[in-house]
Amino acid sequence: MGIAQRFFTALASRILAVYAALALVYLLLPIFMVALFSFNDPVGRSNYSWSTFTFDNWLTLFRDPTLVAAVGTSLRIALVSTIIATTIGTLMAMALVRYRFRFRKAIDLFVFLPLATPEIVLGASLLTLFVTLQIPLGELTLILAHVMFNVSYVVVTMKARLSGFDMRLEEAAADLGATPWQTFWRVTFPLILPGIGASAILAFGLSLDDFVITRFNAGQVQTFPVYVYLKVQKGIPPQVNAFATLFFMATVTLVALGALLQRRRATLKQ
Amino acid sequence: MSSRRVGDLALFMPGMGWLAVFFVVPLIMIFVVSLGSRDAYGGVVLDRLSFDNYLRALAPAFLPTALNSVKYATATTILAILVSYPIAYWISRYGGRHKVLLLVLVMLPFWTSWVIRTYAWMIILRDNGVINGILGGLGLTSEPIMLLNTDLAVILGMTYGFLPFAILPLYVAIDRVDEAVVAAARDLYSSGRGAFLHVTLPLTMPGVIAAAILTFIPAIGDFINAELLGNPETAMIGNVIQRQFLVVRDYPTAAALSFMLMVLILAGVTLYGRLLGTEELTSKAI
Repeated sequence: MGIAQRFFTALASRILAVYAALALVYLLLPIFMVALFSFNDPVGRSNYSWSTFTFDNWLTLFRDPTLVAAVGTSLRIALVSTIIATTIGTLMAMALVRYRFRFRKAIDLFVFLPLATPEIVLGASLLTLFVTLQIPLGELTLILAHVMFNVSYVVVTMKARLSGFDMRLEEAAADLGATPWQTFWRVTFPLILPGIGASAILAFGLSLDDFVITRFNAGQVQTFPVYVYLKVQKGIPPQVNAFATLFFMATVTLVALGALLQRRRATLKQ
Repeated sequence: MSSRRVGDLALFMPGMGWLAVFFVVPLIMIFVVSLGSRDAYGGVVLDRLSFDNYLRALAPAFLPTALNSVKYATATTILAILVSYPIAYWISRYGGRHKVLLLVLVMLPFWTSWVIRTYAWMIILRDNGVINGILGGLGLTSEPIMLLNTDLAVILGMTYGFLPFAILPLYVAIDRVDEAVVAAARDLYSSGRGAFLHVTLPLTMPGVIAAAILTFIPAIGDFINAELLGNPETAMIGNVIQRQFLVVRDYPTAAALSFMLMVLILAGVTLYGRLLGTEELTSKAI
Protein backbone atom coordinates (compact mmCIF):
# COMPACT_ATOMS: atom_id res chain seq x y z
CA MET A 1 0.00 0.00 0.00
CA GLY A 2 1.26 3.43 -0.93
CA ILE A 3 1.62 6.28 1.53
CA ALA A 4 -1.51 8.01 0.23
CA GLN A 5 -3.58 4.87 0.67
CA ARG A 6 -2.29 4.30 4.15
CA PHE A 7 -3.15 7.90 4.98
CA PHE A 8 -6.71 7.47 3.72
CA THR A 9 -7.18 4.22 5.59
CA ALA A 10 -6.01 5.87 8.79
CA LEU A 11 -8.24 8.85 8.09
CA ALA A 12 -11.20 6.58 7.39
CA SER A 13 -10.85 4.78 10.67
CA ARG A 14 -10.53 8.12 12.48
CA ILE A 15 -13.66 9.41 10.78
CA LEU A 16 -15.45 6.20 11.69
CA ALA A 17 -14.45 6.64 15.31
CA VAL A 18 -15.64 10.25 15.31
CA TYR A 19 -18.90 9.27 13.63
CA ALA A 20 -19.43 6.49 16.16
CA ALA A 21 -18.70 8.91 18.98
CA LEU A 22 -21.22 11.41 17.58
CA ALA A 23 -23.78 8.64 17.28
CA LEU A 24 -23.13 7.76 20.90
CA VAL A 25 -23.78 11.39 21.84
CA TYR A 26 -27.05 11.24 19.90
CA LEU A 27 -27.98 8.12 21.85
CA LEU A 28 -27.15 9.44 25.28
CA LEU A 29 -28.18 13.09 24.94
CA PRO A 30 -31.87 12.61 25.78
CA ILE A 31 -31.06 10.48 28.84
CA PHE A 32 -28.56 13.06 29.95
CA MET A 33 -31.10 15.86 29.52
CA VAL A 34 -33.70 14.01 31.56
CA ALA A 35 -31.20 13.40 34.34
CA LEU A 36 -29.90 16.96 34.18
CA PHE A 37 -33.33 18.49 34.46
CA SER A 38 -34.04 16.47 37.56
CA PHE A 39 -31.72 18.93 39.25
CA ASN A 40 -33.54 21.93 37.83
CA ASP A 41 -35.69 24.28 39.88
CA PRO A 42 -38.32 25.11 37.31
CA VAL A 43 -39.88 28.52 36.90
CA GLY A 44 -43.58 27.86 36.82
CA ARG A 45 -44.93 24.40 36.15
CA SER A 46 -43.09 23.34 32.99
CA ASN A 47 -39.68 21.82 33.44
CA TYR A 48 -38.34 22.75 30.02
CA SER A 49 -35.94 25.61 30.59
CA TRP A 50 -32.98 25.61 32.86
CA SER A 51 -33.16 28.06 35.74
CA THR A 52 -31.31 27.04 38.90
CA PHE A 53 -29.60 23.94 40.23
CA THR A 54 -31.19 22.26 43.19
CA PHE A 55 -31.19 18.96 45.03
CA ASP A 56 -34.69 19.68 46.24
CA ASN A 57 -36.45 17.45 43.72
CA TRP A 58 -34.45 14.44 44.85
CA LEU A 59 -35.16 15.17 48.48
CA THR A 60 -38.89 15.57 47.90
CA LEU A 61 -39.25 12.52 45.68
CA PHE A 62 -42.56 11.49 47.20
CA ARG A 63 -44.19 14.90 47.18
CA ASP A 64 -46.85 14.14 44.58
CA PRO A 65 -49.06 11.25 45.76
CA THR A 66 -50.41 10.59 42.27
CA LEU A 67 -46.90 10.19 40.94
CA VAL A 68 -45.90 7.88 43.77
CA ALA A 69 -49.04 5.81 43.23
CA ALA A 70 -48.27 5.61 39.50
CA VAL A 71 -44.72 4.41 40.16
CA GLY A 72 -46.01 1.84 42.62
CA THR A 73 -48.64 0.62 40.18
CA SER A 74 -46.06 0.28 37.42
CA LEU A 75 -43.73 -1.72 39.64
CA ARG A 76 -46.51 -4.01 40.91
CA ILE A 77 -47.84 -4.75 37.45
CA ALA A 78 -44.34 -5.31 36.11
CA LEU A 79 -43.48 -7.73 38.91
CA VAL A 80 -46.62 -9.84 38.63
CA SER A 81 -46.72 -9.94 34.85
CA THR A 82 -43.01 -10.76 34.67
CA ILE A 83 -43.36 -13.73 37.01
CA ILE A 84 -46.34 -15.14 35.12
CA ALA A 85 -44.97 -14.44 31.64
CA THR A 86 -41.50 -15.82 32.41
CA THR A 87 -42.96 -19.03 33.79
CA ILE A 88 -45.39 -19.63 30.95
CA GLY A 89 -42.90 -18.50 28.33
CA THR A 90 -40.05 -20.67 29.58
CA LEU A 91 -42.27 -23.76 29.60
CA MET A 92 -43.38 -23.05 26.07
CA ALA A 93 -39.86 -22.39 24.86
CA MET A 94 -38.67 -25.67 26.35
CA ALA A 95 -41.44 -27.54 24.58
CA LEU A 96 -40.69 -25.79 21.29
CA VAL A 97 -36.97 -26.46 21.38
CA ARG A 98 -36.99 -30.06 22.53
CA TYR A 99 -39.82 -31.79 20.79
CA ARG A 100 -40.28 -32.26 17.09
CA PHE A 101 -43.88 -32.35 16.09
CA ARG A 102 -45.92 -31.46 13.11
CA PHE A 103 -47.12 -28.01 13.99
CA ARG A 104 -43.92 -26.71 15.52
CA LYS A 105 -43.14 -24.18 12.82
CA ALA A 106 -46.71 -22.93 12.81
CA ILE A 107 -46.66 -22.46 16.56
CA ASP A 108 -43.31 -20.69 16.33
CA LEU A 109 -44.87 -18.23 13.94
CA PHE A 110 -48.01 -17.95 16.03
CA VAL A 111 -46.05 -17.01 19.14
CA PHE A 112 -44.14 -14.43 17.13
CA LEU A 113 -47.30 -12.72 15.82
CA PRO A 114 -47.94 -10.42 18.80
CA LEU A 115 -44.47 -8.98 18.31
CA ALA A 116 -45.31 -8.09 14.72
CA THR A 117 -48.71 -6.63 15.51
CA PRO A 118 -48.75 -2.88 16.09
CA GLU A 119 -49.25 -2.05 19.73
CA ILE A 120 -52.22 0.11 18.94
CA VAL A 121 -54.05 -2.88 17.45
CA LEU A 122 -53.14 -5.05 20.45
CA GLY A 123 -54.31 -2.41 22.87
CA ALA A 124 -57.51 -1.64 21.05
CA SER A 125 -58.48 -5.28 20.57
CA LEU A 126 -57.87 -6.05 24.24
CA LEU A 127 -60.04 -3.07 25.15
CA THR A 128 -62.76 -4.52 22.96
CA LEU A 129 -62.45 -7.86 24.75
CA PHE A 130 -62.63 -6.38 28.23
CA VAL A 131 -65.53 -4.10 27.40
CA THR A 132 -67.48 -6.92 25.81
CA LEU A 133 -66.89 -9.25 28.76
CA GLN A 134 -67.61 -6.34 31.06
CA ILE A 135 -64.36 -6.75 32.97
CA PRO A 136 -63.61 -3.44 34.70
CA LEU A 137 -60.47 -1.76 33.44
CA GLY A 138 -57.70 -1.47 35.98
CA GLU A 139 -54.66 -3.25 37.34
CA LEU A 140 -56.11 -6.67 36.57
CA THR A 141 -56.67 -5.93 32.90
CA LEU A 142 -53.22 -4.38 32.69
CA ILE A 143 -51.61 -7.49 34.15
CA LEU A 144 -53.53 -9.69 31.71
CA ALA A 145 -52.43 -7.48 28.82
CA HIS A 146 -48.79 -7.24 29.87
CA VAL A 147 -48.47 -10.99 30.33
CA MET A 148 -49.79 -11.44 26.81
CA PHE A 149 -47.12 -9.49 25.01
CA ASN A 150 -44.39 -10.52 27.41
CA VAL A 151 -44.99 -14.23 26.81
CA SER A 152 -43.92 -13.77 23.19
CA TYR A 153 -40.76 -11.92 24.15
CA VAL A 154 -39.86 -14.56 26.74
CA VAL A 155 -40.43 -17.43 24.32
CA VAL A 156 -38.29 -15.86 21.60
CA THR A 157 -35.50 -15.04 24.04
CA MET A 158 -35.53 -18.42 25.78
CA LYS A 159 -35.60 -20.32 22.49
CA ALA A 160 -32.36 -18.66 21.50
CA ARG A 161 -30.82 -19.51 24.86
CA LEU A 162 -32.12 -23.05 25.03
CA SER A 163 -31.05 -24.12 21.58
CA GLY A 164 -27.50 -24.70 22.84
CA PHE A 165 -28.58 -26.91 25.70
CA ASP A 166 -26.86 -30.25 25.88
CA MET A 167 -29.51 -32.92 26.42
CA ARG A 168 -26.88 -35.47 27.37
CA LEU A 169 -26.59 -33.80 30.76
CA GLU A 170 -30.19 -34.70 31.48
CA GLU A 171 -29.73 -38.20 30.15
CA ALA A 172 -26.70 -38.63 32.38
CA ALA A 173 -28.73 -37.57 35.38
CA ALA A 174 -31.43 -40.05 34.46
CA ASP A 175 -28.83 -42.76 34.10
CA LEU A 176 -27.62 -41.98 37.58
CA GLY A 177 -31.11 -42.59 38.89
CA ALA A 178 -32.69 -39.15 39.07
CA THR A 179 -36.43 -38.79 38.54
CA PRO A 180 -37.58 -36.28 35.89
CA TRP A 181 -38.56 -33.88 38.67
CA GLN A 182 -35.10 -34.11 40.27
CA THR A 183 -33.43 -33.82 36.89
CA PHE A 184 -35.28 -30.66 36.16
CA TRP A 185 -34.58 -28.90 39.44
CA ARG A 186 -31.01 -30.04 39.95
CA VAL A 187 -29.63 -30.15 36.43
CA THR A 188 -31.76 -28.27 33.92
CA PHE A 189 -33.00 -25.35 36.00
CA PRO A 190 -29.61 -24.09 37.27
CA LEU A 191 -28.25 -24.24 33.74
CA ILE A 192 -31.07 -22.26 32.17
CA LEU A 193 -31.26 -19.81 35.06
CA PRO A 194 -29.18 -17.09 33.33
CA GLY A 195 -31.52 -17.27 30.34
CA ILE A 196 -34.53 -17.04 32.61
CA GLY A 197 -32.93 -14.09 34.35
CA ALA A 198 -32.31 -12.27 31.09
CA SER A 199 -35.87 -12.91 29.88
CA ALA A 200 -37.28 -11.75 33.20
CA ILE A 201 -35.31 -8.51 33.08
CA LEU A 202 -36.46 -7.93 29.51
CA ALA A 203 -40.09 -8.57 30.41
CA PHE A 204 -39.88 -6.36 33.49
CA GLY A 205 -38.46 -3.47 31.51
CA LEU A 206 -41.00 -3.84 28.74
CA SER A 207 -43.84 -3.85 31.24
CA LEU A 208 -42.55 -0.80 33.11
CA ASP A 209 -42.14 1.20 29.92
CA ASP A 210 -45.27 0.11 28.11
CA PHE A 211 -47.48 2.99 27.11
CA VAL A 212 -49.78 2.29 24.19
CA ILE A 213 -51.34 -0.99 25.30
CA THR A 214 -51.49 0.30 28.86
CA ARG A 215 -53.25 3.52 27.91
CA PHE A 216 -56.04 1.65 26.18
CA ASN A 217 -56.66 -0.76 29.05
CA ALA A 218 -55.92 1.17 32.20
CA GLY A 219 -59.23 2.83 32.85
CA GLN A 220 -58.67 5.26 35.69
CA VAL A 221 -55.47 3.61 36.87
CA GLN A 222 -52.24 5.42 36.08
CA THR A 223 -48.91 3.80 35.47
CA PHE A 224 -45.72 5.82 35.35
CA PRO A 225 -45.66 6.35 31.56
CA VAL A 226 -49.36 7.19 31.51
CA TYR A 227 -48.83 9.73 34.31
CA VAL A 228 -46.00 11.41 32.39
CA TYR A 229 -48.07 11.52 29.22
CA LEU A 230 -51.02 13.13 30.99
CA LYS A 231 -48.74 15.73 32.51
CA VAL A 232 -46.93 16.73 29.33
CA GLN A 233 -49.35 19.53 28.56
CA LYS A 234 -49.78 20.70 32.12
CA GLY A 235 -46.18 20.58 33.19
CA ILE A 236 -44.10 17.60 34.26
CA PRO A 237 -42.93 17.77 37.86
CA PRO A 238 -39.14 17.43 38.15
CA GLN A 239 -39.59 14.43 40.45
CA VAL A 240 -40.59 12.53 37.30
CA ASN A 241 -37.10 13.15 35.93
CA ALA A 242 -35.65 11.86 39.17
CA PHE A 243 -37.68 8.65 38.99
CA ALA A 244 -36.85 8.15 35.33
CA THR A 245 -33.15 8.58 36.11
CA LEU A 246 -33.48 6.10 38.99
CA PHE A 247 -35.07 3.50 36.73
CA PHE A 248 -32.34 4.01 34.17
CA MET A 249 -29.55 3.72 36.74
CA ALA A 250 -31.19 0.58 38.12
CA THR A 251 -31.13 -0.95 34.65
CA VAL A 252 -27.50 0.02 34.14
CA THR A 253 -26.63 -1.57 37.48
CA LEU A 254 -28.49 -4.77 36.65
CA VAL A 255 -26.72 -5.05 33.31
CA ALA A 256 -23.34 -4.35 34.90
CA LEU A 257 -24.01 -6.99 37.54
CA GLY A 258 -25.01 -9.44 34.84
CA ALA A 259 -21.81 -8.79 32.94
CA LEU A 260 -19.71 -9.16 36.10
CA LEU A 261 -21.39 -12.45 36.98
CA GLN A 262 -20.74 -13.76 33.46
CA ARG A 263 -17.09 -12.89 33.77
CA ARG A 264 -16.78 -14.55 37.17
CA ARG A 265 -18.40 -17.71 35.90
CA ALA A 266 -15.99 -17.71 32.98
CA THR A 267 -12.92 -17.32 35.20
CA LEU A 268 -14.24 -19.87 37.70
CA LYS A 269 -14.53 -22.37 34.87
CA GLN A 270 -10.85 -21.96 34.23
CA MET B 1 -51.52 -41.45 24.34
CA SER B 2 -48.61 -42.15 26.62
CA SER B 3 -48.33 -40.11 29.78
CA ARG B 4 -45.20 -38.55 28.39
CA ARG B 5 -47.02 -36.93 25.48
CA VAL B 6 -49.67 -35.57 27.80
CA GLY B 7 -46.97 -34.08 29.99
CA ASP B 8 -45.34 -32.45 26.97
CA LEU B 9 -48.60 -30.88 25.94
CA ALA B 10 -48.98 -29.45 29.42
CA LEU B 11 -45.88 -27.36 28.84
CA PHE B 12 -47.64 -25.68 26.00
CA MET B 13 -51.12 -25.14 27.19
CA PRO B 14 -50.68 -22.18 29.55
CA GLY B 15 -48.86 -20.16 26.91
CA MET B 16 -51.13 -21.14 24.04
CA GLY B 17 -54.19 -20.63 26.19
CA TRP B 18 -53.14 -17.17 27.25
CA LEU B 19 -52.34 -16.10 23.71
CA ALA B 20 -55.55 -17.63 22.41
CA VAL B 21 -57.70 -15.75 24.92
CA PHE B 22 -55.86 -12.44 24.99
CA PHE B 23 -54.53 -12.21 21.46
CA VAL B 24 -56.61 -14.22 19.02
CA VAL B 25 -60.04 -13.68 20.53
CA PRO B 26 -59.62 -9.89 20.81
CA LEU B 27 -58.52 -9.74 17.19
CA ILE B 28 -61.56 -11.70 16.10
CA MET B 29 -63.72 -9.37 18.16
CA ILE B 30 -62.22 -6.31 16.64
CA PHE B 31 -62.81 -7.74 13.20
CA VAL B 32 -66.45 -8.30 14.02
CA VAL B 33 -66.76 -4.76 15.39
CA SER B 34 -65.23 -3.41 12.21
CA LEU B 35 -68.09 -4.96 10.28
CA GLY B 36 -70.71 -3.27 12.43
CA SER B 37 -71.89 0.27 12.71
CA ARG B 38 -72.27 2.93 15.29
CA ASP B 39 -75.54 3.73 16.96
CA ALA B 40 -76.61 7.15 18.25
CA TYR B 41 -75.14 6.60 21.71
CA GLY B 42 -71.74 5.41 20.54
CA GLY B 43 -72.45 1.75 21.00
CA VAL B 44 -71.76 -0.88 18.40
CA VAL B 45 -74.63 -2.24 16.34
CA LEU B 46 -74.08 -5.63 14.81
CA ASP B 47 -77.34 -6.43 13.05
CA ARG B 48 -76.25 -5.37 9.58
CA LEU B 49 -72.68 -6.55 9.04
CA SER B 50 -70.90 -5.09 6.05
CA PHE B 51 -67.55 -3.92 4.83
CA ASP B 52 -68.74 -0.30 4.62
CA ASN B 53 -66.30 0.86 7.24
CA TYR B 54 -63.41 -0.43 5.18
CA LEU B 55 -64.61 1.48 2.16
CA ARG B 56 -64.86 4.59 4.27
CA ALA B 57 -61.39 3.97 5.68
CA LEU B 58 -60.03 4.10 2.16
CA ALA B 59 -61.70 7.48 1.70
CA PRO B 60 -59.69 10.50 0.63
CA ALA B 61 -60.05 12.03 4.09
CA PHE B 62 -57.69 9.46 5.55
CA LEU B 63 -55.21 9.62 2.72
CA PRO B 64 -52.98 12.44 4.07
CA THR B 65 -52.42 10.57 7.31
CA ALA B 66 -51.62 7.36 5.46
CA LEU B 67 -49.12 9.25 3.33
CA ASN B 68 -47.62 10.80 6.43
CA SER B 69 -47.15 7.39 7.96
CA VAL B 70 -45.34 6.11 4.90
CA LYS B 71 -43.29 9.30 4.55
CA TYR B 72 -42.10 9.40 8.15
CA ALA B 73 -41.54 5.66 8.39
CA THR B 74 -39.39 5.74 5.26
CA ALA B 75 -37.33 8.71 6.45
CA THR B 76 -36.93 7.10 9.85
CA THR B 77 -35.79 3.81 8.34
CA ILE B 78 -33.18 5.44 6.11
CA LEU B 79 -31.84 7.64 8.90
CA ALA B 80 -31.83 4.79 11.41
CA ILE B 81 -29.79 2.59 9.09
CA LEU B 82 -27.38 5.43 8.29
CA VAL B 83 -26.80 6.06 11.98
CA SER B 84 -26.73 2.42 13.03
CA TYR B 85 -24.40 1.00 10.40
CA PRO B 86 -21.26 2.85 11.57
CA ILE B 87 -22.08 2.05 15.19
CA ALA B 88 -22.58 -1.64 14.45
CA TYR B 89 -19.48 -1.68 12.27
CA TRP B 90 -17.36 -0.02 14.91
CA ILE B 91 -18.53 -2.40 17.65
CA SER B 92 -17.98 -5.43 15.47
CA ARG B 93 -14.52 -4.44 14.20
CA TYR B 94 -13.08 -2.67 17.21
CA GLY B 95 -15.10 -4.06 20.08
CA GLY B 96 -12.87 -7.01 20.79
CA ARG B 97 -13.75 -8.91 23.92
CA HIS B 98 -16.30 -6.37 25.02
CA LYS B 99 -18.42 -6.58 21.90
CA VAL B 100 -21.58 -7.83 23.56
CA LEU B 101 -21.21 -5.45 26.46
CA LEU B 102 -20.83 -2.51 24.08
CA LEU B 103 -23.92 -3.63 22.22
CA VAL B 104 -25.86 -3.77 25.44
CA LEU B 105 -24.56 -0.33 26.43
CA VAL B 106 -25.76 1.06 23.13
CA MET B 107 -29.19 -0.38 23.83
CA LEU B 108 -29.38 1.03 27.33
CA PRO B 109 -31.02 4.36 26.45
CA PHE B 110 -33.97 2.40 25.17
CA TRP B 111 -34.70 1.01 28.59
CA THR B 112 -36.55 4.20 29.41
CA SER B 113 -40.16 4.66 28.53
CA TRP B 114 -41.14 6.04 25.12
CA VAL B 115 -42.88 8.92 26.78
CA ILE B 116 -39.80 9.93 28.75
CA ARG B 117 -37.60 9.76 25.67
CA THR B 118 -39.99 11.87 23.66
CA TYR B 119 -40.26 14.38 26.50
CA ALA B 120 -36.46 14.58 26.48
CA TRP B 121 -36.54 15.47 22.80
CA MET B 122 -39.03 18.19 23.60
CA ILE B 123 -36.47 19.71 25.95
CA ILE B 124 -33.71 19.44 23.37
CA LEU B 125 -35.61 20.83 20.40
CA ARG B 126 -37.44 23.74 22.00
CA ASP B 127 -36.87 27.31 20.90
CA ASN B 128 -34.77 27.83 24.02
CA GLY B 129 -33.53 24.25 24.16
CA VAL B 130 -30.14 22.67 23.72
CA ILE B 131 -29.78 22.82 19.96
CA ASN B 132 -30.95 26.37 19.58
CA GLY B 133 -28.83 27.29 22.57
CA ILE B 134 -25.69 25.90 20.93
CA LEU B 135 -26.47 27.46 17.56
CA GLY B 136 -27.12 30.83 19.14
CA GLY B 137 -24.13 30.61 21.42
CA LEU B 138 -21.83 29.89 18.49
CA GLY B 139 -23.29 32.88 16.71
CA LEU B 140 -24.66 30.85 13.82
CA THR B 141 -28.23 32.06 14.24
CA SER B 142 -29.70 35.31 15.46
CA GLU B 143 -33.12 33.86 16.17
CA PRO B 144 -34.13 30.43 17.41
CA ILE B 145 -35.04 28.00 14.64
CA MET B 146 -38.39 26.37 15.12
CA LEU B 147 -37.52 22.72 15.53
CA LEU B 148 -40.22 21.39 17.81
CA ASN B 149 -43.67 20.64 16.42
CA THR B 150 -42.33 20.08 12.93
CA ASP B 151 -41.81 17.18 10.55
CA LEU B 152 -38.15 17.20 11.45
CA ALA B 153 -38.85 16.76 15.14
CA VAL B 154 -41.12 13.81 14.46
CA ILE B 155 -38.50 12.13 12.27
CA LEU B 156 -35.72 12.79 14.78
CA GLY B 157 -37.78 11.36 17.59
CA MET B 158 -38.87 8.33 15.60
CA THR B 159 -35.35 7.59 14.39
CA TYR B 160 -34.14 7.69 17.95
CA GLY B 161 -36.87 5.38 19.11
CA PHE B 162 -36.32 2.77 16.41
CA LEU B 163 -32.52 2.67 16.43
CA PRO B 164 -32.34 -0.63 18.33
CA PHE B 165 -34.51 -2.27 15.66
CA ALA B 166 -31.84 -1.36 13.14
CA ILE B 167 -28.68 -1.82 15.20
CA LEU B 168 -29.28 -5.45 16.15
CA PRO B 169 -29.78 -6.98 12.69
CA LEU B 170 -27.03 -4.79 11.24
CA TYR B 171 -24.63 -5.89 13.95
CA VAL B 172 -25.46 -9.56 13.41
CA ALA B 173 -24.91 -9.22 9.67
CA ILE B 174 -21.65 -7.29 9.96
CA ASP B 175 -20.29 -9.57 12.64
CA ARG B 176 -20.89 -12.58 10.43
CA VAL B 177 -18.52 -11.35 7.74
CA ASP B 178 -15.40 -13.43 7.98
CA GLU B 179 -12.29 -11.42 8.86
CA ALA B 180 -10.30 -13.53 6.45
CA VAL B 181 -12.55 -12.51 3.56
CA VAL B 182 -12.09 -8.84 4.40
CA ALA B 183 -8.34 -9.29 4.65
CA ALA B 184 -8.31 -10.97 1.24
CA ALA B 185 -10.40 -8.15 -0.17
CA ARG B 186 -7.96 -5.61 1.23
CA ASP B 187 -5.18 -7.34 -0.63
CA LEU B 188 -7.14 -7.56 -3.87
CA TYR B 189 -8.42 -3.99 -3.89
CA SER B 190 -5.35 -2.60 -2.15
CA SER B 191 -7.40 -0.13 -0.15
CA GLY B 192 -9.80 -0.17 2.75
CA ARG B 193 -12.40 1.79 0.80
CA GLY B 194 -12.41 -0.68 -2.09
CA ALA B 195 -12.64 -3.64 0.26
CA PHE B 196 -15.57 -2.06 2.01
CA LEU B 197 -17.51 -1.02 -1.07
CA HIS B 198 -16.98 -4.16 -3.05
CA VAL B 199 -16.94 -6.84 -0.40
CA THR B 200 -18.18 -5.89 3.06
CA LEU B 201 -21.13 -3.78 1.98
CA PRO B 202 -22.58 -6.33 -0.47
CA LEU B 203 -22.09 -9.12 2.04
CA THR B 204 -24.00 -7.21 4.68
CA MET B 205 -26.83 -6.21 2.33
CA PRO B 206 -29.21 -8.91 3.62
CA GLY B 207 -28.70 -7.44 7.07
CA VAL B 208 -29.45 -3.96 5.76
CA ILE B 209 -32.66 -5.20 4.17
CA ALA B 210 -33.61 -7.01 7.37
CA ALA B 211 -32.93 -3.86 9.39
CA ALA B 212 -34.97 -1.81 6.95
CA ILE B 213 -38.01 -4.04 7.20
CA LEU B 214 -37.69 -4.49 10.97
CA THR B 215 -37.61 -0.72 11.39
CA PHE B 216 -40.19 0.27 8.80
CA ILE B 217 -42.90 -2.07 10.02
CA PRO B 218 -43.28 -0.81 13.59
CA ALA B 219 -42.51 2.74 12.49
CA ILE B 220 -45.66 2.86 10.38
CA GLY B 221 -47.78 2.12 13.42
CA ASP B 222 -46.11 4.71 15.63
CA PHE B 223 -47.97 7.78 16.75
CA ILE B 224 -46.51 9.03 20.03
CA ASN B 225 -43.75 10.97 18.33
CA ALA B 226 -46.20 12.54 15.92
CA GLU B 227 -48.47 13.50 18.77
CA LEU B 228 -45.92 15.00 21.17
CA LEU B 229 -43.32 16.32 18.75
CA GLY B 230 -45.47 17.22 15.77
CA ASN B 231 -48.49 19.29 14.90
CA PRO B 232 -51.96 18.49 13.52
CA GLU B 233 -50.51 18.30 10.01
CA THR B 234 -48.11 15.51 10.94
CA ALA B 235 -50.81 13.11 12.10
CA MET B 236 -50.12 9.49 11.23
CA ILE B 237 -52.51 6.58 10.89
CA GLY B 238 -51.87 5.66 14.50
CA ASN B 239 -52.97 9.10 15.68
CA VAL B 240 -56.22 8.78 13.77
CA ILE B 241 -56.89 5.32 15.17
CA GLN B 242 -56.17 6.50 18.68
CA ARG B 243 -58.48 9.46 18.34
CA GLN B 244 -61.28 7.35 16.86
CA PHE B 245 -61.04 4.94 19.77
CA LEU B 246 -60.49 7.18 22.74
CA VAL B 247 -61.96 10.54 21.78
CA VAL B 248 -64.49 10.18 19.01
CA ARG B 249 -65.40 6.67 20.18
CA ASP B 250 -66.38 5.53 16.74
CA TYR B 251 -65.38 1.94 17.40
CA PRO B 252 -66.42 0.40 14.08
CA THR B 253 -64.38 2.88 12.02
CA ALA B 254 -61.46 2.67 14.42
CA ALA B 255 -61.61 -1.12 14.30
CA ALA B 256 -61.62 -1.10 10.49
CA LEU B 257 -58.59 1.21 10.41
CA SER B 258 -56.77 -0.92 12.97
CA PHE B 259 -57.45 -4.08 11.07
CA MET B 260 -56.23 -2.57 7.82
CA LEU B 261 -53.04 -1.40 9.52
CA MET B 262 -52.53 -4.86 10.93
CA VAL B 263 -53.04 -6.58 7.59
CA LEU B 264 -50.57 -4.17 6.01
CA ILE B 265 -47.98 -4.96 8.63
CA LEU B 266 -48.58 -8.70 8.46
CA ALA B 267 -48.05 -8.48 4.71
CA GLY B 268 -44.73 -6.79 5.37
CA VAL B 269 -43.74 -9.42 7.89
CA THR B 270 -44.67 -12.21 5.49
CA LEU B 271 -42.57 -10.57 2.82
CA TYR B 272 -39.68 -10.45 5.25
CA GLY B 273 -40.23 -14.08 6.14
CA ARG B 274 -40.27 -15.11 2.48
CA LEU B 275 -37.14 -13.11 1.70
CA LEU B 276 -35.06 -14.21 4.63
CA GLY B 277 -36.59 -17.39 5.98
CA THR B 278 -38.85 -17.81 8.95
CA GLU B 279 -36.11 -19.10 11.25
CA GLU B 280 -34.43 -15.74 10.97
CA LEU B 281 -37.73 -14.10 11.72
CA THR B 282 -38.69 -15.94 14.86
CA SER B 283 -35.27 -15.74 16.43
CA LYS B 284 -34.54 -12.10 15.77
CA ALA B 285 -34.52 -11.09 19.41
CA ILE B 286 -31.62 -11.52 21.79
